Amino acid sequence: MRTQPIDRAAAALPAETRASVYDGSKSGYDKRTKVLFDHYADPDRLRELAGEVKQHVVENLDTYLPALEARLLANGAKVHWASTAEAACEAVHGIMKARGARKLVKAKTMVSEEIGLEDYLTKRGIESLETDLGEFIVQLDHDHPSHIIKPIMHKNRRQIAETFEKNGLGAYDDRPEEITRRARGFLRHKYLEADVGLTGANFVVAESGRVVVVTNEGNSRFCLAATRCHIVLVGIEKILPRDRDLGLFLNLLARSGTGQHLTVYNEFISGPRGAGQPDGPEEMHVILVDNGRTEVLATECRDILRCIRCGACLNVCPVYRQSGGHAYRSVYPGPVGAVLSPLLLGKRFPEKADLPKASSLCGACNEVCPVNIPIPDLLLRLRDRAHREGVPSPGTPPMGAWAILATQPVAWRSALLAGRAINYLPTALVPVPALRAWESKRTLPPWRGGEFRRWLKARRK
Amino acid sequence: MATCLCDAFHDDVAAATVEVLERLGCEVLFPEGQTCCGQPAFNGGDWSASRKVVRHAVSTFASPEPVVVPSGSCAAMLFHGARLAFEGQPDLGAVTALGNRTWELGDFIVNGLGIRSWPGRFDARLALHRSCHTRGTGSSDAVALLLGSIEGVRMVEFGEGEQCCGFGGTFSVSFPHVSGSMGALKLDHVRQASPDVLVSGDMGCLMHLGGIATKEGKPLRTMHVAQVLRDAVLAKP
Ligand code: SF4
Repeated sequence: MRTQPIDRAAAALPAETRASVYDGSKSGYDKRTKVLFDHYADPDRLRELAGEVKQHVVENLDTYLPALEARLLANGAKVHWASTAEAACEAVHGIMKARGARKLVKAKTMVSEEIGLEDYLTKRGIESLETDLGEFIVQLDHDHPSHIIKPIMHKNRRQIAETFEKNGLGAYDDRPEEITRRARGFLRHKYLEADVGLTGANFVVAESGRVVVVTNEGNSRFCLAATRCHIVLVGIEKILPRDRDLGLFLNLLARSGTGQHLTVYNEFISGPRGAGQPDGPEEMHVILVDNGRTEVLATECRDILRCIRCGACLNVCPVYRQSGGHAYRSVYPGPVGAVLSPLLLGKRFPEKADLPKASSLCGACNEVCPVNIPIPDLLLRLRDRAHREGVPSPGTPPMGAWAILATQPVAWRSALLAGRAINYLPTALVPVPALRAWESKRTLPPWRGGEFRRWLKARRK
Repeated sequence: MATCLCDAFHDDVAAATVEVLERLGCEVLFPEGQTCCGQPAFNGGDWSASRKVVRHAVSTFASPEPVVVPSGSCAAMLFHGARLAFEGQPDLGAVTALGNRTWELGDFIVNGLGIRSWPGRFDARLALHRSCHTRGTGSSDAVALLLGSIEGVRMVEFGEGEQCCGFGGTFSVSFPHVSGSMGALKLDHVRQASPDVLVSGDMGCLMHLGGIATKEGKPLRTMHVAQVLRDAVLAKP
């Protein structure tokens, strides 16, 4: 029987990789639980509140976006609207060209992965360097992140040390401190050489135009300190209404994502360097990226746009733990990715319509999500959509005959009795692929169709 | 509602449910026309097939009594899933009304009837697998409370209790590798607590976990919550 792509990818995943993914995600989940419940008697109320704030933003983007643009302009930033990935890449390139800049340092941004920025710039002779340690390693490997906040969750320290060795960053040494020291030594020079610093944004505040970037390595701070021009790449859904909302969101983001009370470095950037300010980039550009988001907004799945990319749903997801992030063939893996990635494709949805199937619908993702996104409901909606659009779904048993049986009590009762045949037939002879798939991993209990009804009748006589 | 799994495989669970409810003084009606809650097609993505089956359930369970289901997952289909599938349908109201009076068995006993302890005796170490579809409802706590109150029962905790067992209905056959691995991992955790019996309120989970354990050559005794409750008060025939 044919099975689903993610199931095949999980089966092919090397044990070593699975172990890295499992350890990384489990420790992320455990820390999150501890830090949330240590400090809040009922963190679920916070998640619900944050969910309502973001849902409000998502449903009122048409007013928040112009308000944000006006604030950003008033703060002295330049604003660019990019409706597609291509347009966003062009905007970055355009800014670089205008400055005659050839080198760019980048703090972690998933949007730059989403739009394929590195490829785009490399083809045009521009060096773009990742400064987040995990992203840096991914870049050295010509690999892709497998997790939205821990990009190298799929690698262990031996593999990382080998990457460093292969790339001329010293002899093999797998001590984490040594790996970090070497990366730091290499990157420090690169900051100084770069003309432009590019960051994402965890939040942008509509009322103040403040751009908020959080990192644990301080690399965003270096990007800002060493370059003359700051480019912010941000999805249009990353808005918060007011500065005071940051208290709630920074708290939840750090706790949900990395199990910290607060991320180590929190930058609040409200424009380019002003008169009298001693440092900071003299030019600031904010590129607001749509790339499919307004189409998502038009669907019943718009709740997914609340996402603050904390990664908690990946960490807790049993399927992610078995398959790793690359199995999702997308920039955004795990439960959030299973909803967002196919949706961002717009009309090309069928290409990734299998992702929403990769869930037992256990609901653990919803339970940890800091903005309380009902991910299982959204996965289900997308399954229905895939079915309506006629996308084939390998391994999913057809339901037509079952529905006929289950709406006709007489036929149902006969089937209950007839089902006994499977007790006597070898599975190989039963023409039901689902049964074979079941028995590939488990035994089947004896069929006892009709027994309960008989028992009840006898008891009631 | 007996559920299709009990109708086809686990008649003793349905019988135990009847005996437990009757012991509590309930009169149990069993509409003969009942089949399934509609969940397989709902989860499989075929919502139009699912709606047909839910409509059948709505008409079968038309009388106003509470509907008690020995499965968190089937109950959740009626009080949550069906509402999604019927958004924008003319009979959403009837579907919602059925959902509003549908209970998972443990939830019904504790939060519906207000029973907080269970009589009788059951000498065993029990590991409770909390079923996923009742996350956010009172079911798991209710079941843990009832089981823990039985004389002779020792509840044992096991690691990663929040993790799913990997059953997931059609997921178990369309993702056999991931589903099987999740089950094996769950069993590892359960075995470390060395329970005498693994208990759950969902036969899907138990059929899957028990089946993996048997296939591994290390069978594990599994029981539905209803069977433990019944056996605590009635010696097994
Ligand atoms: S969907 Fe929720 S849990 Fe998952 S990354 Fe987004 S905010 Fe975090």
